[in-house]
This record gives sequence, structure tokens and C-alpha cells, in this order.
Amino acid sequence: MSFPWAKQYEPTNPVMKFLDEKLPLPRLVFNAVGAGYPVPRNLSYMWNFGVLAGFCLVLQIVTGVVLAMHYAANDAVAFNSVEHIMRDVNWGWLMRYAHANGASFFFVVIYLHLFRGFFYSSYKAPREMVWLIGVVIFLLMMATGFMGYVLPWGQMSFWGAKVITGLFGAIPVVGEPLQIWLLGGYAPDNAALNRFFSLHFLLPFVIAGCVILHIWALHIPGSSNPTGVEVKSESDTLPFHPYYTAKDGFGLGVALIIYMAFVFFMPNALGHPDNYIPANPLSTPAHIVPEWYFWPFYAILRAFTFDFILPAKLWGVLAMFSAILVWFFLPWLDKSPVRSGHYRPLFRKFFWLLVVDMLILFWLGGAAAEEPYVMFSQIATAYYFLHFLVILPIISSIERPEPLPFSITEAVLGEDDKAVLGDNAKPAA
Amino acid sequence: MIRLVGILVGLGFTFVVLLAFAFGFANWASDDTPPTAESVFHLAPKHVEFEHDGLFPSWDLAQLQRGYQVYKEVCSACHSLNQIAFRNLSELGYNEDEVKAEAANWVVPGVDPNTGEASTRPGTPTDNFPRPYANDVAARAANNNAIPPDLSLMTKARHHGPAYVYSLLTGYQEPSAELLASYPEAAPATGLHHNPYFANLNLAMAPPLTADGQVTYADGTEASIDQMAQDVAAFLTWTAEPSLVERKRAGWPVLGFLLFATILAWLAKKQVWANAKPKRKED
Repeated sequence: MSFPWAKQYEPTNPVMKFLDEKLPLPRLVFNAVGAGYPVPRNLSYMWNFGVLAGFCLVLQIVTGVVLAMHYAANDAVAFNSVEHIMRDVNWGWLMRYAHANGASFFFVVIYLHLFRGFFYSSYKAPREMVWLIGVVIFLLMMATGFMGYVLPWGQMSFWGAKVITGLFGAIPVVGEPLQIWLLGGYAPDNAALNRFFSLHFLLPFVIAGCVILHIWALHIPGSSNPTGVEVKSESDTLPFHPYYTAKDGFGLGVALIIYMAFVFFMPNALGHPDNYIPANPLSTPAHIVPEWYFWPFYAILRAFTFDFILPAKLWGVLAMFSAILVWFFLPWLDKSPVRSGHYRPLFRKFFWLLVVDMLILFWLGGAAAEEPYVMFSQIATAYYFLHFLVILPIISSIERPEPLPFSITEAVLGEDDKAVLGDNAKPAA
Repeated sequence: MIRLVGILVGLGFTFVVLLAFAFGFANWASDDTPPTAESVFHLAPKHVEFEHDGLFPSWDLAQLQRGYQVYKEVCSACHSLNQIAFRNLSELGYNEDEVKAEAANWVVPGVDPNTGEASTRPGTPTDNFPRPYANDVAARAANNNAIPPDLSLMTKARHHGPAYVYSLLTGYQEPSAELLASYPEAAPATGLHHNPYFANLNLAMAPPLTADGQVTYADGTEASIDQMAQDVAAFLTWTAEPSLVERKRAGWPVLGFLLFATILAWLAKKQVWANAKPKRKED
């Protein structure tokens, strides 16, 4: 579906005409990310992160495929094969640092994309399906990132794998057999390393498939926008190309500068020194921490330290998974008819509280599991669940939103009653 | 309905985590265990500067050669350097003949060409540095039950790696009276040596650099303990990442190009959007 005023693909070149008749791939691209996709004209740079995330996925697949040509997924040689890439493969250090920092870059982009969604309630009708697929992509990314971190087979790889797969052991009755089945053994070993490599190669392509569904589902209602008011007429939109290709191109340049500064000047800043020590099942690192992008959820996991009916570890695992699964229910938890946080004074305050809460959880997930950090993470975890499951449903009932503009055009022009809204729009009475 | 269930689930998690908080707080408030000796007496690495630091780095080849000499004459007795081959020494400024000669100074494991039995032979440039011990058991037996770690990646495997190596090598000292008074159990056990830069304050490695002039530098530099420690820290920075200088130098043209491309993208964006205003009635 598209708006009736969307530009039509009209090839003039005979080759493109031939192609359009037999396999209309250029038409698909034209309608998806070309001039044939009308987009609200008022998108801010917060709408840049979808395109950036797509770029990250391609970057990770390209660098990852090259790395896989030189990497050996065997616990006897995996660590040395990574050092072989760093030392003996032409530009291997660049490929590896680009891939390792690319994962961090990907998660930075995704977290910003996600919080854009929170602020502008991008999960609300008619875009519930876009949101649900997005959460699935986030879960797939976490699985992929986790398994990728295991591959260098350093100390944090090994012990991270042991701790994370150990979480499944907390599940009653089936936990332990499940953990052994997942690992192919009693502890992370060659069997685990091999299957993690296989899945780490596979999952990015599953993500790519989900990204296609994500974009497809987005194109049914069209993109949301900072006012949260749906598109009413042609003057509310601009064609994706050239307007948003140009805008996203600039955003991509800025993002690449930041990313490349990390790759070339501080490539290990986001990693952990212990992962340059080969995996040693007999020597436990002082502090086992996952990669930074898992920290909020790791903090939630560790916040549950009291056996209330269920063992504390099981509470932690349930809470950690619930912390992400709760996003699936957002479209139905938040019933406010207004989408954008700009017009929701009460919601807006709690949104920023959530941002602060999430940053605190980031900090605590990377901190040592000792007091007072655990107490802080317990307070922050309590707010996290209260925010999504209690505060959001309540404020969506009691809040009095601020008046919305009649249309995107009106919002762009300000107090202007001269806006031409097009033939199919009724002017404000 | 879904919101009602959601509120109940949310309150449930909140209740359990706040219960954990209450017990954690009670424990913490009543907890009067004193801080550990490590948390009080462990020191952050000293400040030390190298030519390969910063945004415009270069290798101080003379220093790397001196550091290599310290590794060869002191460290290599116990520590391996698995990731490095003799051919890599050419990056320290040695020419092909010097690399060959240097490799031949080392004895590496080989096979007797006549009998096929395990034997030894002089090293060649394609060999990696040999291990000082045949296996971990031999390493433990010779070192008071501690395995001397491989040094190839040491400066990347520790926080502030080069400064850590330098501080550890120059940081051996008698435990302070203050430490012994408050933590008598922190005194080094037999075969251990006190060093405040080591995570748990006592390590099995005896002070490796004990006297000025322990190594006679080929370039005539005075071999003070401080100098030797700095040189070997620089050498181990190179072994951990031989591409460090190349990487940072390659970064500048990349950032320069991206900055240029981003400015062009900004101008393109401005031009594309210049007449993208919504239509008004008088237009």
C-alpha cells in the first residue's frame, strides 16, 4: 500500500523496461526506499537510525564473512586463529576491529532507534506489527552478539558462555538437561564453540529476513513522525528519495566518523582485557562481565538476590527475559490515543526517568557484583518494571494531552491557515 | 485485561526485587567486615610515556630493540612469546641477515633428519619463539606451582597494559609496616613476593630486574632498572599489537575522507531540502 499521490515507477531505459516486465526488482526498490515512498516531511534526525541499523547489518555481514575465511572454530586453535587474523592476514586487524566495534556501533544505533520508538510511541496502532518484528530483531541481535563474543575463545568468551548458558540451568526440572543439550556438554567446549560459530553465521541472515518484514510492515501504514499525527494529504509528505536519502546520507557520515574513531584509535575501549587471555576452564576471572550492550539486562539478572518462593536465580532469569518480553506488550499497555511524547506532558517526564534508569542499569551491569551496586540495581530494576507495567498503563488513562496540530503541514508552517492540504483533505473547521 | 495482568506482573517483580533490596540493605548496614588488604593497598599503575602513545604515534625502534634484548636475556628464561616469529623482528629495524643470525641463536624443537626422533635445531626466521618449558607441568614444577604466562599479549590483557608491566617490574618492595600492622596475613608466604601493583599484592615471580646494568645494551644506553622496565614494556606493546602504529596512522586519512564526504553530504542535504517547504495559498 502507499498513498495515492506516490510517484509511479516509469522506466525509460529499454533494459530497465525489460527488467520491469520480467522481474520488477527496480520497481520494488523504487517503492521501498526510492522516490515511490512518500514520507512525512517533518522527520527529525531521530528517524535516521533505521537506515543506520540496516547499514550496520550489512557492515557486520561483510566483515564477518571475510573473518570467517580466516577463523578456525576449534577450541584448540580458535584463540590463535584470531591472533593470526590480527597479525598475518592482510588488513586482518582492520576487519576484526571493524567487526568487533561494528557490533557495538550496531547496538548503539539500535538502542537509539528503540528509545525513539519509546518516546514517539512508535509501537501504537497501526504499527504494532512493525514494533513486534523489531523486538524479535533485537532478541536475534542479542543472541548473535553473545555467540560472536564466544568465538575468540578468550577468558571472557569462555566464562561469559558458561554464565549465560548457566541461566538455562535455573529453569525447574528441564533446566539442567536443557543446558547440557544447548552446550553439547557439561561446560563450554569444542561442541559449544562449533555450534555457536554455525549459528553466529546463520542468524545475521535470519535478521536480514526479519528486517525485510520490518520494512514491509512499516510500508503498510507508512512512517510515523514527530507529531504523531498521521499523514492527511500530499503536502504532509516528501518522496523518500532524494529528501531522506540526502538527510540519511549526512547522518551516516557523522555516525561513520564516530565509529571509525573507535576502530582506528581505541578499538579495545569497549572490550575487556581478559579476552586477550586464552580460555582457561580452571581459572575464573575476578569479575565476569558480558559485552556492554547486555549490561542493563545483566544488572536486572543480578538484582534478584532473595529466594522468595522461587530461587533467586530463577527470579533473575525470569526478570531478565521479561525485561525484553514486556516490549512485546507495549502496544496494548499504553492506551493513550496520542502518540508523540511532545504532546504528553506526564508521559514525557517518566520517559526521561526511564532513560536515566536505563543509563544507571548500564553502569551497574558493568560494575562488580558487590554492595552498594547491587542495592542500586535493585532500585533501578524496580523502576524499570514499574515504568512499563504499572506507570505506563496508568498515565495513559489519567493524562490530559496537549492539543495536537491539525496536520503535519500545519505543524511545519506553525500557526498558518494558508496551508494547502490537497484535494482529499478537509480543512480545519 | 492485559493491562490488569501487566500491572500485577509489574508489581510482583517490584515486590520481589524490593524484598531483595531490603535484605541486602539490612546485611550491608550491619556488615562491619573491614575492607580487604587488596582494596586498600593495591596501587593503580604508574604513569609512563612512550613514543607509540597518543594520536600521532611512532615506534622507537632503538627502544624496541633494547626491550627485545631484555626479553631475551631476562624474561625468556621463564616466559614464552608464542605469537611472535623471528621473521617479525625485521619490524624492529633488523635486516634480513641480522634476523637470520638472531634466529640461529635460539634453539627450537626439531626432528632428527636421520632417525625421525625429536631433537633440536637452530631457529630460522619462520620459526616462532620457542617455549621455555616443554609443558605446563614442567613450568609449574620450576616456578613454585605458578605457570609463567605467555607475554605476547600481556599489554592488551591487562588494564593500562604497558604502564602495568612497567609498574610491576619496578614495584617490588618490602610490605609496608602499615600493611603488616593491619593485615598480618597479607605478608608474602614462602616463595611469594610483595608487589602493590599486582592484583592480590603477592606474586610468585621473583623480582626479575634486580640490579642496574643487569643487561649490557648494545646501543650503550645506561641499563637502569627503570630503563629496562620501560624498554621491555615498549617491546611487549609491540608484540601485543605490531599493527598499532600502522592502525593509528591509517586512521587519519580515513577520518579526513569521511569528514570531507560528510561535509559534501551536508551541502547536498541543504540543497535538496532548500525548496521543500509546504505549499501556501499565495504561492
